[in-house]
Amino acid sequence: MPGQLKGALFSAAVMLVLAVPILGIQITTEGSSVSLVGELHYAFIAAGLVFVFKLLERPLSTLLGMTHAANLLPSADRMATYRPAILTVLIVLAFIWPFTASRGAVDVATLALIYVMLGLGLNIVVGFAGLLDLGYVAFYAVGAYSYALLTEYFGLSFWISLPIGAGLAALFGFVLGFPVLRLRGDYLAIVTLGFGEIIRLLLNNWDELTGGPDGIGNIPKPTLFGLEFTRTAKADGNIPFHEFFGLEYSGTYRVIFLYLLALLLVLFTLFVINRLIRMPVGRAWEALREDEIASRSLGLNPTNIKLSAFTLGASFGGMAGCFFAARQGFINPESFTFIESAIVLAIVVLGGMGSQIGVILAALALTVLPELARQFEEYRMLVFGLVMVLMMIWRPQGLLPSKRPRMELPT
Amino acid sequence: MSENGLQFVQQIINGLTLGSIYALIAIGYTMVYGIIGMINFAHGEIYMISAYVGLIVITGLSMMGIEYMPVVLIITLTMAMLITSAYGWSVERVAYRPLRGSPRLVPLISAIGMSIFLQNYVQLAQGARNIALPPLISGGWRFGDAAGFQVYLSYMQVMIALATTAAMVGLTLFIGRSRLGRACRACSEDRGMANLLGIDTDRVIALTFVIGAALAAVAGVLVGLYYGVVNPFMGFIAGLKAFTAAVLGGIGSVPGAMLGGIVLGLTESFTSAYLSTEYKDVVSFGLLVLILLFRPTGLLGKPDVEKV
Repeated sequence: MPGQLKGALFSAAVMLVLAVPILGIQITTEGSSVSLVGELHYAFIAAGLVFVFKLLERPLSTLLGMTHAANLLPSADRMATYRPAILTVLIVLAFIWPFTASRGAVDVATLALIYVMLGLGLNIVVGFAGLLDLGYVAFYAVGAYSYALLTEYFGLSFWISLPIGAGLAALFGFVLGFPVLRLRGDYLAIVTLGFGEIIRLLLNNWDELTGGPDGIGNIPKPTLFGLEFTRTAKADGNIPFHEFFGLEYSGTYRVIFLYLLALLLVLFTLFVINRLIRMPVGRAWEALREDEIASRSLGLNPTNIKLSAFTLGASFGGMAGCFFAARQGFINPESFTFIESAIVLAIVVLGGMGSQIGVILAALALTVLPELARQFEEYRMLVFGLVMVLMMIWRPQGLLPSKRPRMELPT
Repeated sequence: MSENGLQFVQQIINGLTLGSIYALIAIGYTMVYGIIGMINFAHGEIYMISAYVGLIVITGLSMMGIEYMPVVLIITLTMAMLITSAYGWSVERVAYRPLRGSPRLVPLISAIGMSIFLQNYVQLAQGARNIALPPLISGGWRFGDAAGFQVYLSYMQVMIALATTAAMVGLTLFIGRSRLGRACRACSEDRGMANLLGIDTDRVIALTFVIGAALAAVAGVLVGLYYGVVNPFMGFIAGLKAFTAAVLGGIGSVPGAMLGGIVLGLTESFTSAYLSTEYKDVVSFGLLVLILLFRPTGLLGKPDVEKV
């Protein structure tokens, strides 16, 4: 105990050194004069918290060790029997839910579904293939700008732009990935980060094409087989949805339609990825992630396999971007900063790399929780950062790690 | 000299100033990478924190009535180096040490989390806006033709060059001559072997983080004084640039980081002068991508062979 007390005192003292200048003293500017305001109590509170935490660290970890997270969830074998039934019920509920919920809730859910799409796409790259991509937002941006530009310059509809946007993002992924994927993991991370920044800077500075920092506005919303969700039809010959069905005009239809569309896109993404990971290429991704040298000696071509993961991940990012542009109706480079990449990465890490259910739940949690706790909005990124560090220390495999059939040699 | 020639000289001066700053930050990346083979993503944030600490110390001193420049500068640098080193040490202790021996991506993700955390921590504590610093060292020399273009060399730029040189010489002597420096070199050569020979590798790793943070502190304080503005987001881009410098010079090599910083600083100042200011970041990141593709070992780095 005395040793623990000494350690706790030491940690608290270090915390005090760290917190006093930044947290404890605030710089205030009035006109041109700068002065300091002491808020030392914050620093002392922080040090006190560290002290208490350090004292309780050992008893706490033993306590946590007893209630292992695996015991809290029903075992995988029992889940497997009911799996199709549970999934069907969940999907049906997800389709019925928007008709009973409020307009605001449906809107938030749509945003959450975009992040689910992004999370699932990045999960291919980070989770399955084990390539850390810090510039994923670049593909999201490519998708969003493809739709915005295609509709502005060529008048193409959402439904035509969606595959083109996904394809263009995939092309970008391919062209970038081709030279870069030879690099080792951490170099790859930095290069993709640099690439993400380059794309954002280009969008910001290429005023003639992208509108620069002002972005592109008036992006048309998707239509349902030519039916528009506006009060009066914008394009010639189109009929608004409510007139076609003889309903009263209401903006809610559009919100619900966008939600259902996002849900369909997510289901499509899930379907494709689930097929892929059972195919040889999917197996190869995971083999490569586990041991590159071993896979190479078994005759797998690492560049091609990584490239396929990178390109596919990018195409889902592009698809999500297209939908994002259509939903917002307005895009500018501000929506595609590194922070977005970090949020999507946090989703994948929190959910458990390679675990699709985990990624979906994490995406829903990380977008819906901040909406519910609006007054804590400014703490959102702080908590994200902290969660990423703590997850790596306590559960690097994620909250719901993917389960694979495996055999182990008896020891 | 012709006007073009003077313009050229001016860009060299600006580039060397910027390059010294990058070099100071890059050393933190390169030393950590050399010893534990990880990219300390939070290093840019450490540099940002040091700029804030510097600002707070200068303001505090001026509130106490101490305004004599050399005293203020020495106290500010010392305080910033001490407190920033404490940050570097704590980041290693909290976010990286528990992850030693895990797969490569795990500490990297933890470092990204740490970087986001620190950036938002400073933003919440000090506000997201730009804060202006009162100029501590103003004035400079002007050369050239009185009527046409004049080359301007500010005292601050000379100060940056002097401080950087002093820090580099100090570091080179420390690594080359001292007992701990020898332990550092041994660890970067072969950590397992160094451990077997009785070197406390955990201590050496902590020391690298402290040295890196102290040099970043010098850079942070100088940049704060040079540009006169600090904000919580300055660390992200600067960190990325410094990492580019480290890779350019050959990651893991300390003289390489110095060279890489200077080369990058010059590239950037020439790009903004002769090409376009908006695209200077694009050129730097493009440079990073190109080096990694064609010469991943950088200018002075050693090739690194992957073994089973």
